[in-house]
Amino acid sequence: MPKEIDRDEVRRLVGAGAQLVEVLPSSEYIEDHLPGAINLPLRQIEARAIELLDRTRPVIVYCWDSA
Amino acid sequence: MSSRAAWRLESLGFGEVYDYVDGKLDWMAAGLATEGTNTGHQRAGEIARKDAPVCGLKDRLGDVSERVKASGWNAAVVVNDDRVVLGLLRSKELAGDPDQLVEKAMRPGPSTFRPFVPLHEMAHFMIEHKIENAPITTSDGRLVGLLLQEDVIQAMKKAKQ
Repeated sequence: MPKEIDRDEVRRLVGAGAQLVEVLPSSEYIEDHLPGAINLPLRQIEARAIELLDRTRPVIVYCWDSA
Repeated sequence: MSSRAAWRLESLGFGEVYDYVDGKLDWMAAGLATEGTNTGHQRAGEIARKDAPVCGLKDRLGDVSERVKASGWNAAVVVNDDRVVLGLLRSKELAGDPDQLVEKAMRPGPSTFRPFVPLHEMAHFMIEHKIENAPITTSDGRLVGLLLQEDVIQAMKKAKQ
């Protein structure tokens, strides 16, 4: 079950090697994204997640907010 | 949206998946760095004065006024112990009865702005509403700094050169 985390936990996990993934459309990613994040829009997850992400490392996903 | 993404990744065999539920808005509101094409654009949090005078609700207005003037300012932000913005004292309020408490003299609930707001948006708003200074806060209301209209205009002029 995915665990909900806050900003401090994001920083800690990224520092420990977690992969950061923005799931918004690429146009929004291009303008602003968290340092080191890769872009994997929600609709492309099924097709590209295995190719882009390492299944052996933690993954953190985010969008704009909880809405 | 991120919740659905997290669940889908887990179903694809990713064993350790986290959902940063407050997302990019929370990150930017905290004034943390981002990457992307907007990176070069200055934002409110970058030029907000971090050394703006602050005071508490129970401070005596006369004491605050003297301290503010001595430091070359004409405004002070009223905050609680956690630096959450409760009010604002501009020139008019600072010139009030020196024996009253700040909580009686201040402008309660001033408009606050997030650190990631682009400067051109701040300039437009501040000029249109004749606002000389505005508190910049995190999403949970903590003071980042006080943004001065003159600083915004100067920064924009500099950027155009």
